[in-house]
Amino acid sequence: MTMTKLQLITKGFIKDNPTFVLVLGMCPTLATTTSAINGMSMGLATLFVLVLSNMAISAVAPYVPDKVHIPAYIVIIATFVTVLQFLMQAYTPAMYETLGLFIPLIVVNCIVLGRAEAFANKHTVIESACDGLGIGLGFTLSLTLLGMVREILGTGSVFGWKFITGDGILAFVMAPGAFLCLGYLMVLFNKLAKKNK
Amino acid sequence: MEYFLIIISAIFVNNIVLSQFLGICPFLGVSNKLSTATGMSAAVCFVITLSTIVTYLLNKYLLDPYGLTFLQTIAFILVIAALVQTVEIVLKKTSPSLYQALGIYLPLITTNCAVLGVAITVVTKQFTFGDPAHMLNLGEAAVYAFATAVGYGVAMIIFSGIREHLALNDVPKPFRGIPIALVTASILAMAFMGFSGLV
Repeated sequence: MTMTKLQLITKGFIKDNPTFVLVLGMCPTLATTTSAINGMSMGLATLFVLVLSNMAISAVAPYVPDKVHIPAYIVIIATFVTVLQFLMQAYTPAMYETLGLFIPLIVVNCIVLGRAEAFANKHTVIESACDGLGIGLGFTLSLTLLGMVREILGTGSVFGWKFITGDGILAFVMAPGAFLCLGYLMVLFNKLAKKNK
Repeated sequence: MEYFLIIISAIFVNNIVLSQFLGICPFLGVSNKLSTATGMSAAVCFVITLSTIVTYLLNKYLLDPYGLTFLQTIAFILVIAALVQTVEIVLKKTSPSLYQALGIYLPLITTNCAVLGVAITVVTKQFTFGDPAHMLNLGEAAVYAFATAVGYGVAMIIFSGIREHLALNDVPKPFRGIPIALVTASILAMAFMGFSGLV
């Protein structure tokens, strides 16, 4: 089964959505979605690493001995994460502070290594770039959505624009709200996916 | 007293899974049965403590003095990957049944963000136990890592106990599997929020 490049890019939205269908990369999903903008930034940061590492890995995969392929892939991914850290420190220092620990932790995001193993090491560079872009966009979309829901319930604002007076339900910005919102969004996703079948 | 504060804070107040969101994948993945959850927690506990000590020393005596801290991410993940390989070989020889049970999740400890997360936290974050705020020394770092891993085990074992009961219940169809686990985790996280302000 071969997919066109457009299909590769759009499959991450619904069919192979990394958050709601594949259930990968849960840690940044739960931790950084305290607001829509934070979720979106985390998604874009992951997208950056995903596209570049997918391309690099698909380029070198034929030359890497099978026994050491996982460590080799991890080093490649870690290199791009370090590049990302430098770029964010230089251009978006405030967001780098906010996301904190979860930027270096992109190295161990199962989505990135998962795509390398499942897709990039047996496809061409261009296809792998499209795959990385598709999955990355799907991830960004889910994180933005979750961040938006939590921001609306938790503080009564969207992307920092406040539409109620007073406070929201603070628990939604904190840990329990993250689990709860993701759980219910997943239920909604399951329901809608079944209806479409 | 200081060590006591570190331990209580790492296990209950800042529980690694339920308030810091690290190591969620195995938390949701292998928590179906109590026995696998226990084995996984033990393996993670061992790897976290050992890797934190090694990466702490690496950072203090190699990366920091020579201005190479930008290599932190790469160096740490390599150390962790090597350690996990070692644990895997040892387990395969000494406890084949546990090795079988943990299956795919053992090599995945490498990509368990709890391990790298703790390693990076102890060398970058200032702690405020007692005053003034300071960076952890080696002893404190080791205790912090171990206590964090115990906190991981506590959360994991409680959660798997709940999930074993949940499996016997009639859960509405769209909720089955991960969603109900997330809702359960939310309630558990709420319970753990009760510990905040303790330290």
